Amino acid sequence: MAKARSLFNDLYQSTTVEVETATNQVTHKNNTHQANDLHWRVPVSGTVYGTALNYKGQLEQMGDSLNEDPYKAPPKAPVLYIKPINTFTPHQASIPLPDGEQELQIGAALGVVFKKTTTQVEADSALDYIEGFTIVNDVSIPHESVHRPAIKQKARDGFCPIGPWVIQAEDISNPDDLRIEIMVNGEVKLTNSTKNLVRNVKELIADVSEFMTFYKDDVLLVGTPENAPIVREGDTVAIQIEGIGTLENKVEAE
Amino acid sequence: MKKARVAVGGTVHDAFEYKGKVKLTDGRVFSEEEVEWLSPVEPQTVFALGLNYADHAKELSFSAPKEPLVFLKGPNTFIGHNAWTKRPDEVELMHYECELGVVIGKTAKNVKKKDAYQYVKGYTVSNDYAIRDYLENYYRPNLRVKNRDTCTPIGPWLVDRDDIEDPMNLPLRTIVNGEVVQEGSTKDMIFTVPDLIEYLSSFMTLNENDIILTGTPKGTAGVHAGDEVVTEIEGIGALKNNIISDKEFA
Repeated sequence: MAKARSLFNDLYQSTTVEVETATNQVTHKNNTHQANDLHWRVPVSGTVYGTALNYKGQLEQMGDSLNEDPYKAPPKAPVLYIKPINTFTPHQASIPLPDGEQELQIGAALGVVFKKTTTQVEADSALDYIEGFTIVNDVSIPHESVHRPAIKQKARDGFCPIGPWVIQAEDISNPDDLRIEIMVNGEVKLTNSTKNLVRNVKELIADVSEFMTFYKDDVLLVGTPENAPIVREGDTVAIQIEGIGTLENKVEAE
Repeated sequence: MKKARVAVGGTVHDAFEYKGKVKLTDGRVFSEEEVEWLSPVEPQTVFALGLNYADHAKELSFSAPKEPLVFLKGPNTFIGHNAWTKRPDEVELMHYECELGVVIGKTAKNVKKKDAYQYVKGYTVSNDYAIRDYLENYYRPNLRVKNRDTCTPIGPWLVDRDDIEDPMNLPLRTIVNGEVVQEGSTKDMIFTVPDLIEYLSSFMTLNENDIILTGTPKGTAGVHAGDEVVTEIEGIGALKNNIISDKEFA
């Protein structure tokens, strides 16, 4: 059992629950529920920052193109983006498939949730700033180029399922060794692990907080693995992260 | 009306312009220098435009974009009028960028150009500093260039929409240490305010107090520690900022 901060049903503020992360069972006030029997809300309210190209496999797949136009050289600093508030949506909510689009791409991200103001921290102390971890589905309209900010592909309404909860940091012994799976309609489409990050969690926090501050309840996505699966209308997509749980959403026409 | 958010006497107040001074909603009046200026609205989703003036795109050797080049900024980067922006000592090219800021007034989705101004609450001035040394070609311009702490002064005022007769014909200028270094007009924007509202709301929902920073004209150049930088748009305001070296800031 792991301790989690969560927001569901008619709770007016976050409450602590115990989660059986392998089965998504939640115990609250001595009652145990399947997560899907509760009505979830997004557990965070800060700014959500994403990190692109932070899985080694992504850089390997780009290969020589990293040195060619328009990129000209491999990335030096973390490649970041923002998922704005219109994209936030909870566990079990539908992901809207925009008119005219047939396919969406699923980015499975470990989300680091900050517990206090985090500015210019060293890697060695970076983990002290983490409240816990959540699961984020960084949905995109499929696109190849990472040359320009992908607002139109990534900032659509409902393109950022988050949750179901925030597992408290004390219950995650090593955030850099968590298995990640994406299942579409119950079938495993992707398996990877946060051990394949280019910058691990503490290095990423150090390198980003060097120039920008995170506040309490902000979220930093550590990256999305290569070979992101494609989903279509009617598909149910579940992201499971070891020790955190499963975030499930269904793609429906907008 | 020109509105502001300021801190006085240990708390945050809504305020408005009154005979060249700052009047709080409780009636007290202060000079500009007596208050601590905050961002005129609390930033949540903030869009910024790259290369949205043809002359500036040309200056940077880019052809004008066919679709708006939009990026997002986080709350960490904003500071109010009369504040300090830190400049890393190691860099060569920290550029000011005077920009018209458009504040959204209500939820907007699939808005057409002809209706776009109905969704505008008002206007403000921003200085969207860029540290060009840190440009790389991934999600360019990346957050290390454009989303640094203290690097987006905004304000001083939020000016009501109806007080600005034509937001697409406003002279804007930047003044560094008393010398005019950048001059342009919002009439030279490639994508106008209605274009941008139609474009953004065509694929995402805009919310009240979202801000669109509409890009900068040609004439950007470097600033250095000790410089006083004023970005000014006629009828909207003059936003003053001071550059400090990051060593001194720390």
